[in-house]
Amino acid sequence: MTETQGKREPLFEGSEWTFDKLRRTYAAIEDIALNDLGLEVYTNQIEIISSEQMLDAYSSIGMPLMYQHWSFGKQFLREENMYRKGFTGLAYEIVINSNPCISYNMEENTMAIQALVMAHAAFGHNHFFRNNHLFRQWTDADGILEYLQFAKGYIAKCEERCGPAAVEEVLDAAHALMDHGVFRHRRPTRLSKQEQVDREKERVRYEERNFQDIWRTVPTNGNGDDVKDKTADADPEKVCTLNLPEENLLYFIEKNSPILETWQREILRIVRNIAQYFYPQKQTKVMNEGCATFVHYYIMNRLYDDGLLTEGAMLEILHSHSNVVFQPDFDDKRFSGVNPYALGLAMMQDIKRICTEPTEEDRTWFPEIAGNNDWRGTLKDAWANYRDESFIQQFLSPHLIRKLKLFLCVDEAEERHVMVDSIHDEQGYKAVRSALARNYDLALIEPDVQVVAVDMSGDRCLRLRHTVHDGVHISEKGRNGVIAHLRRLWGYDVDLIGVDRDTGEKLYEVSTAKSAAA
Amino acid sequence: MFHFIDRRQNPKHKSIGNRQRFMRRARVRIKEVVEKSIKDRKLTDIANGEEIAIPTKGIDEPHFRHASDGGRRERVFPGNKTFRPGDTIEKPEGGGKGKGGKEGSDNGEGEDEFRFALTREEFLDLFFEDLELPDLVKTTLREVVTYKMRRTGHTATGTPTNINVLRTMCKSLGRRLALGRPKNDEILALENEIAALDGKAEPSADELSRLEALRETLKGLLRRRRWVPYIDPVDIRYNNFAPKPEPNTKAVMICLMDVSGSMGEREKDLAKRFFILLHLFLNRRYKQTDVVFIRHTHVAQEVDEDTFFYSQETGGTVVSTALVEMLKVVRDRYPTSEWNIYGAQASDGENHAGDTDKCTAMLAQEIMPLCQYYAYIEILDERETEIFRSMQNGAALWQAYRTVADAWSNFAMKRIAKPGDIYPVFRELFAKQSDKVAVRL
Repeated sequence: MTETQGKREPLFEGSEWTFDKLRRTYAAIEDIALNDLGLEVYTNQIEIISSEQMLDAYSSIGMPLMYQHWSFGKQFLREENMYRKGFTGLAYEIVINSNPCISYNMEENTMAIQALVMAHAAFGHNHFFRNNHLFRQWTDADGILEYLQFAKGYIAKCEERCGPAAVEEVLDAAHALMDHGVFRHRRPTRLSKQEQVDREKERVRYEERNFQDIWRTVPTNGNGDDVKDKTADADPEKVCTLNLPEENLLYFIEKNSPILETWQREILRIVRNIAQYFYPQKQTKVMNEGCATFVHYYIMNRLYDDGLLTEGAMLEILHSHSNVVFQPDFDDKRFSGVNPYALGLAMMQDIKRICTEPTEEDRTWFPEIAGNNDWRGTLKDAWANYRDESFIQQFLSPHLIRKLKLFLCVDEAEERHVMVDSIHDEQGYKAVRSALARNYDLALIEPDVQVVAVDMSGDRCLRLRHTVHDGVHISEKGRNGVIAHLRRLWGYDVDLIGVDRDTGEKLYEVSTAKSAAA
Repeated sequence: MFHFIDRRQNPKHKSIGNRQRFMRRARVRIKEVVEKSIKDRKLTDIANGEEIAIPTKGIDEPHFRHASDGGRRERVFPGNKTFRPGDTIEKPEGGGKGKGGKEGSDNGEGEDEFRFALTREEFLDLFFEDLELPDLVKTTLREVVTYKMRRTGHTATGTPTNINVLRTMCKSLGRRLALGRPKNDEILALENEIAALDGKAEPSADELSRLEALRETLKGLLRRRRWVPYIDPVDIRYNNFAPKPEPNTKAVMICLMDVSGSMGEREKDLAKRFFILLHLFLNRRYKQTDVVFIRHTHVAQEVDEDTFFYSQETGGTVVSTALVEMLKVVRDRYPTSEWNIYGAQASDGENHAGDTDKCTAMLAQEIMPLCQYYAYIEILDERETEIFRSMQNGAALWQAYRTVADAWSNFAMKRIAKPGDIYPVFRELFAKQSDKVAVRL
């Protein structure tokens, strides 16, 4: 079909890229993205980097600025080793949820890949970042780079003042709790860098003024509450003042730890804020990659149809595209779970199909969108208002379940066999769909651990409760390590109780006090 | 709106700080591995960094994660072939269940060890950590020293390149204030006033006399300004430099190796390995160190590095020839007033009958007084290790050298029987002075 509409010259030929070609190609991609797909994006800032810089970026969790910590060095060494040995290639790009939206493109990419990457990151991811409700509500694209700058400077200052070892200790502990340092329901406030600095100063002033009010070590008669409650966990009022139960462990420690100094609390805040910033990305892997992949696939095909891409370039792009969306079967040696790129793209293309060429089945399953012929609007709505779990629950169609031949296994620890519960048939669709959605529910992927009580007038023991779902425990090694870190931040013993969600039965209990005695 | 930015010229190695932090944290374990690696590797390879694996203990990052077994799990897999609902699949490898998925190790971290590559620099630094040449500063000759220029205050004379502007301007300002140099503003104001009066079409008598007075003053001021220059030669101050004595740190290592017929391939290999290590160590730690290679059979010869390490030679054994050669080199090129002399000798302990006494005499009377440190390494046959386990027993040379060691505390002697011995012996010989008890005065 190359020359049928051949009124336009290809944007580039050959594999070498130049800034001139990049600019031309970007303009063509932008034209389709904005005028055909109707994407809304932040201003793009595309930076060309070398492979070494890419490795650097890898090891600071993809951010252009990051404070220093040994774990990033470890990450760097691991990536470097893998790369040198050829086990893994480097990513073509990294994109950052910021305004302007920064994407890093590798210098080694060929021109065809640069085009693919621009469509993928600078428009696909960019649109998703800008429009998805999670990102809009929970992250601050305008302020993130400024905030990281602040964080980096602040931590460097702490290292200067208190020594790297002291800072490292706090960071180690904070990193261990990072996954449990996010608000899942409450929305955090947005602060610019200046406000951060101001607030920090204000906090220091406040704490200096109210030094002994934060933690009264001696109960006074003037305050009746403190005297009578010997068991704080039983006292509803006390629980109330601390806002318990609290799922954000880092937040709780930061606000209430009896032993931390102001700068240590600030470091916890920094780690917490960064965790919060990444929280939406963890919940939207399938959608985010699906969106970017769908967008690049559509745009590349349009460019090719318009005669703007040579056949060679298109072949290279397709080759790379099919590597990315390759989904091995469960019994394949290469299988390592469901590929988010493949699932995301397949679902989005399926939505397009349902909108334009619905079957009877689609009409019964998706009456709102089937045959509405507005696949652009439908997809944009989905990208804006869902996360992985709800997206799958809402849009995974029987057609796609059949196509992917999805089936659901149930694995009970005490059974000798794994049971096939449902497959891609009439009776199984709903079960498969719900189960797959649950596989992406962060609330179920991450252990549910909350602060439930603090014995403030007694031994100040911090009590945590792990609500055990389906009898799945926390792996022991990590658990003990995290509790030890928690104890370091809290200054007193920490107690973790595992409670079954359904029966309320106490399944296990670990405590730093006991492990110290043992 | 969009822009492209070429970041390729930006500094690389942004994560070098993080890498160093990691190295610091894992230092003890990395060091253990590095030291162990010496046994498995050819010494010539040491200079190229290497990949090492260290236990994850101490560098793990714990998190609350679900365990990979236990409880009830539901997972969805793609690619069903023949399964019907109700089918059962054998655990653990029967179906898609085997490989653990997201609950498994994250990034392979569940493994017991962490693998990564050290750079050559990192490797050598760790390798030679806490080693040094003993007595690098000549204790007996401390007053004979080299000089280095150091800043010492200011002077009134010197070369223009050393002018200290700040000092000079301070002096100038003080002098101008003291001598009352008229300010530019003052003169400017006067000139303006004169110009204003001058410009009047019909000046009154008063104004004319005032004009006259002003002109007088201005003339006076200008004259004064000429007398009191802005900067006078007396103001100028120069940075002063004075030679400051520096302790002498030039060092030469003289390597003596027996390559006679009695040294078999194995012995020569061990000796060479020892010297390669020594050479690497000196290159790494002491940029200014000279190394002299002397090999001997029944005749001794100073050779270059390549010949020393790689050429084949055979013949009888007269150890004293090497010592004579060493003395000659020292006298010709390395005056003890400027150089710290170090000696390292490797031999299988065999010597021509009657020559041994000559050796000890030379060492005791001529060489040891010149040397900061002298190390003797005897290469043993593996069978001999049994016999010569104690320090007392040994071949002729060993016995004779013991008398030297007794008399001179800076004479060290060690034995090597297998490659694994080299590094420990090397460490013992060059452990940091502070670790040793006896410090020569």
